[in-house]
Amino acid sequence: MEFVPITKQDQEVMLAKIGVCSMEELLKCIPSSVTRARLRLPPGLSEPELLRVAERLASRNATSKSHVSFLGAGAYEHFVSSVVRYVFSRGEFLTAYTPYQPEASQGTLQAMYEFQSLICDLTQMDAANASLYEGGSAMAEACILALRETERRKLVVSGTLHPEVRQTLSTYLKQVGTQIQEIPRADGISDIKEAGRLIDSQTAAVVVQMPNAFGCLEPVRELEKAAHARGALLIVSVNPVSLGILEPPGAYGADIVVGEGQPLGTDLLYGGPYLGLFACRKELIRKMPGRVIGMTRDAHGRRGFVLTLQTREQHIRRARATSNICTNEAMMALAAAVHLGSLGKEGFREVAFQNLQKAHYCLDRLSTVRGVQPLFKAPFFNEFAVSLPADPEEVNGRLLEKGFLGGLPLRRWDPSLRSGWLLAVTEARSREQIDRFVQAVQEILS
Amino acid sequence: MKRDTMVMGKESALPVGGKTPHSPGRLLEPLLNQLGSPGRRAFVLPALDVPVKPPETLVPAGMLRKTPAPLPEVSERDLVKHFLRLAHLNFSGETNFYPLGSCTMKYNPKVNEEIAGLAGFAKVHPYTPDEAAQGILELLWTLEQQLREILGMDAVSLQPAAGAHGELTALLMAKAYHDAKGRSRRKVVVPDSAHGTNPASAALCGFEVVEIASDKRGRISPEVLRSVMDEDVAVFMVTNPNTLGLFEERIGEVASIVHSKGGLMYLDGANMNALLGLVRPGDMGFDMVHVNVHKTFSIPHGSGGPGGGPVGVKEPLRRFLPSPIVVKENGRFRLSSAGPDSIGRVRTFFGNTGALVRAFAYIASLGSDGLKRVAEGAILNANYVKALIRDVYPVPVDETCMHEFVASAKELKASCGVKALDIAKRLLDYGFYAPTIYFPLIVEEALMIEPSETESRQVLEAFAAALVAIAEEATSYPQKVKGAPHRMPVTRLDEVQAAREPNLKWSPGESS
Repeated sequence: MEFVPITKQDQEVMLAKIGVCSMEELLKCIPSSVTRARLRLPPGLSEPELLRVAERLASRNATSKSHVSFLGAGAYEHFVSSVVRYVFSRGEFLTAYTPYQPEASQGTLQAMYEFQSLICDLTQMDAANASLYEGGSAMAEACILALRETERRKLVVSGTLHPEVRQTLSTYLKQVGTQIQEIPRADGISDIKEAGRLIDSQTAAVVVQMPNAFGCLEPVRELEKAAHARGALLIVSVNPVSLGILEPPGAYGADIVVGEGQPLGTDLLYGGPYLGLFACRKELIRKMPGRVIGMTRDAHGRRGFVLTLQTREQHIRRARATSNICTNEAMMALAAAVHLGSLGKEGFREVAFQNLQKAHYCLDRLSTVRGVQPLFKAPFFNEFAVSLPADPEEVNGRLLEKGFLGGLPLRRWDPSLRSGWLLAVTEARSREQIDRFVQAVQEILS
Repeated sequence: MKRDTMVMGKESALPVGGKTPHSPGRLLEPLLNQLGSPGRRAFVLPALDVPVKPPETLVPAGMLRKTPAPLPEVSERDLVKHFLRLAHLNFSGETNFYPLGSCTMKYNPKVNEEIAGLAGFAKVHPYTPDEAAQGILELLWTLEQQLREILGMDAVSLQPAAGAHGELTALLMAKAYHDAKGRSRRKVVVPDSAHGTNPASAALCGFEVVEIASDKRGRISPEVLRSVMDEDVAVFMVTNPNTLGLFEERIGEVASIVHSKGGLMYLDGANMNALLGLVRPGDMGFDMVHVNVHKTFSIPHGSGGPGGGPVGVKEPLRRFLPSPIVVKENGRFRLSSAGPDSIGRVRTFFGNTGALVRAFAYIASLGSDGLKRVAEGAILNANYVKALIRDVYPVPVDETCMHEFVASAKELKASCGVKALDIAKRLLDYGFYAPTIYFPLIVEEALMIEPSETESRQVLEAFAAALVAIAEEATSYPQKVKGAPHRMPVTRLDEVQAAREPNLKWSPGESS
């Protein structure tokens, strides 16, 4: 394919104006001492050929269209209005960049301001930024903020945090000498007694995920008390969809809220791009990472929006910036804003309500299968773990043949959970699909 | 004159001064939460088809939300109108020439959007068993091979979500590399022309940042480098072509200085568009490189993101790559945890796969020859614009540039008080997005212009003519330029006020 519109005649005119005779002469700005490339890539494809290649590759993946999926574990299938896809496809948003010239970027800026507002509405926090990469690095950024704010060196992290978030946190922080202590897990949730022992006057933050990686609801109020009693911040990672029915972190005293925003209108995309959510109390606003949009006035007093508090950022503050982030996930934030707008107050509550009901219905039905038992007793939202009387990987293999994507074998996260199987049930699963799934599990196990 | 009749590059009907013939205020769109009415709905869920239990029997009452989140309640029609009207307030790469230096705002092929949207890519769960994700794994593995070849590197990680994330990933690897040799190193050297992300990433990894001055021709001075280079320097972060758009001619010598002290050479690949198919970072002495797929490989910039920042490294650094990696064995593909020396995970899940699918498609559509034409086109277009405006906007280092160049408004500022910022704003009135301004920091009143290879000669000429016309206006009617923009939905915005009293979210019932 060809996207360079320079004809031979154009090239001649341009080279003459530049004052050189040929392309080779122009390229003399690269010294001859530098080895010239001779790439060995296959010849370029035409559009129909490219589509054929892509369609062949795409056809070899199991998807939430080809299979009925019960896979969650941090990335979830939800119903999304066609309006989200339509707005996402608009070139005016899709092909603009960071709104450095606000007068010509009011569309993006207002949409990001609305996104920030919507995230504050969900979390009941004072301020949100205009997105970070994804849930894991958002958590790392939150911890960095807490370490700076408190000038302490230790983090106390729940053992029920998503393991990949936990690993990302380690990667970011082990280089700068942060001590990370883990609250042990007791029956699927943080052991609050142990947490009390670990949190001390050197603890910068207590970190918890709600609902946690196993779907269980955490004793967040007890953790909040324990954290604040020692002057530590409380950082909560949320599944935003759960906030349609669960108490918002702002109501129980969270200082920073992060999370994976993928469930708000972004496809599964084999892991990304997703949406890093970040919200905090107003006292921390000037230490936030990432782009922040503010409302202001123009020279005629009209309302307008700008990138603000930029002195926190790398392009101004360089080595002393609050974060190194530049490119973020603005399109996913836009998708989230449109998605939340499409659901509205009642729709957002109803999605969470349906998730809660369908997940519990699914567990009730599965529990009737001989040998299948809930792994933990704690209450849950839309995801739960069971133990299987057979190898979960093998069960998944059989389910795949029957048109289902089974749950996550928990052995992948914790070798001691050999028979553990983590299932997510969202509003996208119908009763009929759940019943067929339970039937299939029963057949495989019998 | 109505805004929608505005012709790019023509700006004849404008009055002098801040007054405009229409009221731009009319174009403003209310906030989403001002449009709604209680009980209005857009998307409606299928009715709940399972038996309902009272929520308080499933979740402890204290954990339930007391009042619903106060989200806007709008109809689908109003929702579409709202976001479309917002879209119309934007300049974008598709609707306007967008010569934002260092950002490579090239055209984003539509077929790549279609491909990325195929259910077989878009609707694949990240934990799909490998045997049921062979297509996507093959695509990612192939992209790794493509990037290895283009970059001249031995191994690639596709995980980083953006350029700055790639920098962080590579610097963590460099740290691990030096630690493994038994001698930790504390310093990272960057030129004073470096992108802000370079020092910020280095600081995030706990390195001390040493900045070195560029020479008179805007290049790295091997002499200055030699004076700071010691065995405590872990990495030298280089942008080549540099942020002045100039090729670092003494890159071979620079690499030997760094390597002679055991340091690593890192290429900030933000400007890789200028090198495609011409030279490879691995052949210039670089040990590590990140590339921004949203710049070089045509992923749309999405109003700020997402992008992708794959990292390529030479063999000695392979064992430090982040986890997971794509492995091919006996014709089958699988995800594998990296080895014990890996720096670990830099994010959840595999990576920005949706962006990587587009990068794969772009490279496959162009092949070796097509990629080389991209770089040549980018270089030709940049030099052409420079030739058209250099008499009016002096270019401090006026040599053949690569894909971009940096002009200066210093003389206009001295003669009529018109700054780079004013010129940027005035360009908007002419229908062009502004260049990057005030960067790099080593050029006063910098205008950093990157046309990209996908713009036609006509567009470049219209843009140059606008810049020349603005310089004339600056002399005859400086207030007209200083008061710009005049034709945008809003006039110049009060950024000081925005920062002093931050208003970062709506409050219920707020009026505008």
